Amino acid sequence: MPYPEGLQKYIKKVEETRPERVERRRRGEEFPALSPEGREEMLQYHPDYKEEGRRELKVGTNKGYKIPHEFADLLEAKSRIDPDVVNLSAIDYETDVLVIGGGGAGTAAALLAQEQGAKVILATKLRHGDANTMMAEGGIQAASKGWKDSPYYHYLDVLGGGHFQNSPELVYTLVTQAPGVLRWLEGLGVAFSKDKNGKLESMHGGGTCRKRMHYCSDITGSEIMRTIRDEVRNRSQDIEVIEFSPAVELVLNEHGHCAGAVLYNMETEEYFIVKARAVVLATGGCGRLHVQGFPTTNHYGATADGIVLGYRVGVGVCFLHTVQYHPTCAIFPEQIEGLLLTEKFRGAGADVLNVDGEKFVFEREPRDVESGAFIKECLAKGKGVPTPTGKLGIWVDSPMIDLLSGEGTVRREFMGKWKVFNRQGIDISKEPMLVYPGLHYQNGGLVYNANCETSVPGLFIAGEVSGGVHGANRLMGNSLLDVHLFGRIAGRSASLYAQESYQEGKLTLEHVKAYHKELDDAGITTDRVAPMLLPDYTEPAVRERQLTASYLGTLR
Amino acid sequence: MAGAEKRKGGNPGVATLEKETPPRVKVKLIPIFVMGKRYMVPEGLTIMKAMEYAGYKFIRGCGCRGGVCGACGTVYRKPGDYKIYTGLACQTVIEPDMYLTQMPFYPANRASFNLENLTSAPEEINKLYPELFRCVACNACTKVCPMNIEVMDTVSYLKQGNIAKAVELSFDCIQCGLCASRCFAEMPQYHIFQLARRIYGAKISPRSKHLIEADETIESGKYEEPLRKLMSADEKELRKLYQERETEPLETGDDWQPKKTEYLSIS
Repeated sequence: MPYPEGLQKYIKKVEETRPERVERRRRGEEFPALSPEGREEMLQYHPDYKEEGRRELKVGTNKGYKIPHEFADLLEAKSRIDPDVVNLSAIDYETDVLVIGGGGAGTAAALLAQEQGAKVILATKLRHGDANTMMAEGGIQAASKGWKDSPYYHYLDVLGGGHFQNSPELVYTLVTQAPGVLRWLEGLGVAFSKDKNGKLESMHGGGTCRKRMHYCSDITGSEIMRTIRDEVRNRSQDIEVIEFSPAVELVLNEHGHCAGAVLYNMETEEYFIVKARAVVLATGGCGRLHVQGFPTTNHYGATADGIVLGYRVGVGVCFLHTVQYHPTCAIFPEQIEGLLLTEKFRGAGADVLNVDGEKFVFEREPRDVESGAFIKECLAKGKGVPTPTGKLGIWVDSPMIDLLSGEGTVRREFMGKWKVFNRQGIDISKEPMLVYPGLHYQNGGLVYNANCETSVPGLFIAGEVSGGVHGANRLMGNSLLDVHLFGRIAGRSASLYAQESYQEGKLTLEHVKAYHKELDDAGITTDRVAPMLLPDYTEPAVRERQLTASYLGTLR
Repeated sequence: MAGAEKRKGGNPGVATLEKETPPRVKVKLIPIFVMGKRYMVPEGLTIMKAMEYAGYKFIRGCGCRGGVCGACGTVYRKPGDYKIYTGLACQTVIEPDMYLTQMPFYPANRASFNLENLTSAPEEINKLYPELFRCVACNACTKVCPMNIEVMDTVSYLKQGNIAKAVELSFDCIQCGLCASRCFAEMPQYHIFQLARRIYGAKISPRSKHLIEADETIESGKYEEPLRKLMSADEKELRKLYQERETEPLETGDDWQPKKTEYLSIS
């Protein structure tokens, strides 16, 4: 169904102010960007800054650290298995490198580990490629245009976005290896948008000082993910992919080194032991925890499993107190609520507007600032657009893009999104889109170094599960870069470790017992188990009728 | 996300207009048939949310929930209508009395290859997938595609050796496999298109020269000293440098150059 009658009067206001706004854009007049003080003010409206949204951890390496309740609930929970019952001498799989996670980071790690000569098992919770990587639209940053850009400026942008709290060593690695990662992807056949001479298209993202975002139409992540997944399939003699089998615990050995994992086949409800000489944890992010009740742009499996696994073996966490809310997620129509509308729309010239059809913020502030500004406009200033579903939203004036860059630009450059809206009867090259911030990215995660090593020998991590490279806020286009870049490093490091540093030893789950004891000692009595694996969207009425008293066989 | 919001007891983060809008009217329930079994679900939901409302908890048949991953291909019919309809469960709005099944997986042959040994010649694709030429142009693949890709035309372009055109037409493919399920020639279109895209990306589309130059300039160590300085700078200094950086205007051509060239490869 097209936009209902009730919204038409608000769309009229957008149309009334549009010609002048387009003219201003043509003259190169920008809405002023916020000063540092202005940014600070907007951030007060950001959900991260709500005290009641978080609490101090009572257990583990970061005891006392205040993080969102949704994370704390998972870290203060029991294992899904009883460590006394698991028979670790019955090994079901043995391999050089076990990669946990089948998104961009895990897949890149598997490829690089294999190239170093390792036999690899890639275990993933859903299908290989079911990951946030697949959903990343906007692009991938790399300072590739030497006449106007360099890693120096990329570095400054990353730090400014991350509130100057990022780990310098990790950022250095990110910005200096970025062009190399794009070369690697190009070589595997990723079809980047380029001109006839091979010059990559590039555009701005929030917080970039140079147009550094490279892309593949508006399905950059999907094009990269399906390409590298295809390459793993070419190497099936060395890389075994085990789908629908998330890891539920890491296994250590008597030396305290990581030496495998317990996998759970969700379809048969069996647990399997994998013994590995090195493990790469690349389980992705947390959107499906619905922190503070926000809708999310994330994949069905984004339940922060790796944070739980890593924390239980003693790896610390950082920046988990910050969660990224993407400013432009669809808020109407309801069928597509939470749908990510790439920052590229704003990079291509679409204004963000309030209920009066007026601009109220520079449209390319870093994501946390932009989100804060949207929430302020809706909640504090009462200038949100009321939706027919009883919510408030902000307009993204997509038709401007066609006016600025020629008829057909929206359909060509945003084909995926155009189709999704078109199915709802809305032509976004003619009508604006309604958005509100939604849960998008886990800025923080497990602590690691530039070789993707953690405090536990034999355990390497990469991608969204990790924390530090993006500081307190990630910039657009740096996550696709992060997952593939650090995925590659983790795969290489793990393979080298497996060949050179691995020490044979007896497998153990003693760390799980110790963690359970710590929970008891902290006075935490709970029937929560973690990792969560999948979110539960069961209706309460249905749940009330689910009266199974005890579980027999595989019948849930 | 309706379920999650209820689970948390309301949705404090999302703005609502409690005073100005009346409480939402009680939703109308309509019947749908999931694999032949009738459930009453609220109208306006997607197939995915309707199945969850009915009590299904997905392990298969659910992925990104945003229409790009290909996990939730769904086939349905409507009463009194001979046509086969398809859609993604996460994107398709339910209709009264529709009867549906998800098709989360469909077996398809995939040819293994070493990209480095392939050339850009169209024959490479024909060799790996000779079944391309079994196409009888029935167009069932195009009709069934939930992404509205001109699947049969893409196959035709590949038969004619026009890889670039095939890549353009198939670029939105999410590899759900519905085309393969309906193919008279029993070919795995989505694997073939993937191969075409990889040959195009690696062998036909010109490589980016500036990317190689950028990578080599970094390797040469040119930025090492300025970057090390940034890494050891204190926050005050970093903030100053950040504020002072010159921003490329939105509406400029690619040849724009900043005033300061000290930290660029051209200096």
